Amino acid sequence: MAFESFSAFLAMEGHGPYVWTCYAVFVVLLAGMVFWSAKRHQATYRMCKRSHDQQARKGQAKPKAAATFTRVEISQD
Amino acid sequence: MWQFFHKLGSPKWFFGIANRFMPWLLAGGLILLAAGLVWGLAFAPKDYLQGNSYRIIFIHVPSAFLAQSIYIMMASAAVVTLVWRMKLADVFVKSVAPVGLMFTFLALFTGAVWGKPTWGTWWVWDARLTSMLILLFLYGGAIALDRSINDEKSAARAVAVLVLVGVVNIPIIKYSVDWWNTLHQPATFKLTEKPSMAMEMWVPLLLSVLGLYLLFGWLACLRMKTEILVRERRTRWVKELVLAGRK
Repeated sequence: MAFESFSAFLAMEGHGPYVWTCYAVFVVLLAGMVFWSAKRHQATYRMCKRSHDQQARKGQAKPKAAATFTRVEISQD
Repeated sequence: MWQFFHKLGSPKWFFGIANRFMPWLLAGGLILLAAGLVWGLAFAPKDYLQGNSYRIIFIHVPSAFLAQSIYIMMASAAVVTLVWRMKLADVFVKSVAPVGLMFTFLALFTGAVWGKPTWGTWWVWDARLTSMLILLFLYGGAIALDRSINDEKSAARAVAVLVLVGVVNIPIIKYSVDWWNTLHQPATFKLTEKPSMAMEMWVPLLLSVLGLYLLFGWLACLRMKTEILVRERRTRWVKELVLAGRK
């Protein structure tokens, strides 16, 4: 240890406020960037999943009617 | 060789590779960064001239390093975008620009707070500080330009040109402390020479630089994956991926 006590560690001989401000801002911004990126990824993934799930369900629920060819009688009058 | 090159441009291939590397990047980055910072804060000896305020170096230098290397990586990707129109290159530029902006801001902010007890002032308009401020604006400009153009391909090309023009700023930042008289101290890391600081200070600094690089790698992979999902959401491989529940 470069310091004799915990309070000396916090005070850093008067430079404490400067050093700790820097470390706090650094940690907050870096953690914020990590969480923001992770959240955005999750949201994007869910959006993709929802739209593909919907499409898959739509496909199962209503199979398209097969094309039919029936003779239509139309009067020639 | 060419097959590798083509694979490198395939978003689907990238997704798999990123998934494989990401846990290692995150774990390694966090461990190295934590080790470097704790060592630097509590165990490294104090500087005989600057006292304890010098401990800011353990976040200031890694942030400044990343700020500049991310820009160089973006510029290399910009060349690839313009010459080979590779999709992944543009995804990279778009995904990491906000991270670069953050590191540039951190370098400027920690530098200002360090400057107060050391130089007696928060800010001076000297070459190193001003060129870093320009780097901040370049990142901001690239992000703003990308958001202002709706068409994906035109946006990619415009941003690539802007990033390439701005690369002239990088050597100015690097050599500003040698070319001009500035308050800023000369470079701490030199590849060609022995470190100018004591080993007990240099090793924790190296650890935090490496840790931050790894964390950046993790962030870049994650953000690129997000961007790829957005762009490729209608493709078949994304459909198969999300329906199988894989991330």
